[in-house]
Amino acid sequence: MRYHTPATFEAAAALAAEASGVTRFLAGGTDVLVQLRAGMVTPDDLIDLKKIDGVKTMARTKDGGWQIGVAVSGAELGANAALVADWPGVVEGMELVGSTQVQGRATLVGNLCNGSPAADSVPGLVAAGATVTVTGPSGSREVPVGEIPAGPGKTALKKGEVISGVTLPPRGKNGGDAYLRFIPRTEMDIAVVGCAVNLRLDGDKIAEARVVLGAVAPTVIVVPEAAKAIIGTTLDDAALEKLAQAASAACKPIDDKRGTVAFRTDVAGVLARRAAKIAYDRAKGAK
Amino acid sequence: MSKIHVTTKVNGDDVEFLADPRESLLDCLRDKLDLTGAKEGCGTGDCGACSVSLDGTLVCSCLVLGVEAQGKTIETVEGMAQDGDLHPLQRKFIEHAALQCGFCTPGILVAAKNLLERNPDPTETEIRYWLAGNLCRCTGYDKIVRAVQDAAAEMRGAA
Ligand SMILES: Cc1cc2nc3c(=O)[nH]c(=O)nc-3n(C[C@H](O)[C@H](O)[C@H](O)COP(=O)(O)OP(=O)(O)OC[C@H]3O[C@@H](n4cnc5c(N)ncnc54)[C@H](O)[C@@H]3O)c2cc1C
Ligand code: FES
Ligand code: FES
Repeated sequence: MRYHTPATFEAAAALAAEASGVTRFLAGGTDVLVQLRAGMVTPDDLIDLKKIDGVKTMARTKDGGWQIGVAVSGAELGANAALVADWPGVVEGMELVGSTQVQGRATLVGNLCNGSPAADSVPGLVAAGATVTVTGPSGSREVPVGEIPAGPGKTALKKGEVISGVTLPPRGKNGGDAYLRFIPRTEMDIAVVGCAVNLRLDGDKIAEARVVLGAVAPTVIVVPEAAKAIIGTTLDDAALEKLAQAASAACKPIDDKRGTVAFRTDVAGVLARRAAKIAYDRAKGAK
Repeated sequence: MSKIHVTTKVNGDDVEFLADPRESLLDCLRDKLDLTGAKEGCGTGDCGACSVSLDGTLVCSCLVLGVEAQGKTIETVEGMAQDGDLHPLQRKFIEHAALQCGFCTPGILVAAKNLLERNPDPTETEIRYWLAGNLCRCTGYDKIVRAVQDAAAEMRGAA
């Protein structure tokens, strides 16, 4: 295994483009090192991104959104009060990843690019409308986060492409988001179902909404029918019931030791209701 | 496989070693620097027995490459006692019998020290969540939590 520490994303992309064997980028390493240790993936070239300038910064963009470096850890996101105030759902998804020790290292982009259908930070990012900057041999482009996952363990990134930043849109007024997951215990487990809701109010009524599910299909899924069920409502019981039904109907889960198909399908509806209520209260100004 | 020369600071001392890039920081600490306090319970980030502080951040040293330690500052359990005097956490672990086999203890001590540096007066819930990534198969955790609370009180000058 060759270990590289490029100084720029262009150099990182060039290294990956030229590499002939198995290539991995190294952010927090909490997936890469587990796979290395288990003998599942021993990269021929490991490209550490943490020596690149700016990978540890979080900054407000001119329009009021956020630009987040690819090596910012979950714990660092959680310690940024202004970011948490804007996007509590995005941050709480990432903060569910692993233990204190894992939080000190794990990153949003690592979570996204590892390609787990159960990745906890991804539904929140998709619901928020986050984008990533993809840098490759022929330059950089912005891609919605939802277009990166391509099935378990797979991404839409091409050979020689690296993600060089995450952008969250401006929160704007009267908005709120939330992420909930179900696991069989309270800490350190893989989501059986995850659900993120992001919405904006006009008065008491929901004007815009996005509902996203994790761990119930080969990739994260956006459920427009679930959003439709609550748009124009004050999130009354009838709207919540329709929301839950639409979320459950969108599930195409697997059956495994953590949950059966029937269980996952039902829990998706339950989490959608609960996450929508939290997002609604946050949009109303609840902390 | 060519080895990489790494210079780093461990418990205040400048040290250097040659690492194969595949080797974890845990392997380098134990096998090259003879610091065998950090233990390998799982090697996959689940048990916390390998916990060390890396530039002040609590990490699993099994999930850090040795080569990533270049230019960093590392603290391990070996650095907790000062001039032969045990750290208050170490003393309280003995007083409260917060260990049986002791395999998890170095990791838990390092993790608890890191917590108390951030939060000198943590609640029981905060302690339990902070230590959720440190598994103990012997004690049932209660005595560990008491020992951390008692050490925190002493360090605040409240006991
Ligand atoms: C004990 C433990 C508990 C965990 N619990 C959870 C959990 O509850 N929920 C959860 O979702 N995950 C969990 N994980 C998995 C893991 O911690 C997360 O997926 C984490 O966010 C990965 O981030 P990282 O920075 O460590 O990624 P790395 O391991 O550094 O990289 C992961 C993958 O992403 C690629 N990559 C990294 N950065 C880039 C980039 N900039 N551009 C392109 N590709 C890139 C790498 O090539 C690699 O394939 C857990 C892991 C452990 C060890
Ligand atoms: S040995 Fe590192 S977490 Fe278990
Ligand atoms: S004392 Fe034996 S594992 Fe904790």
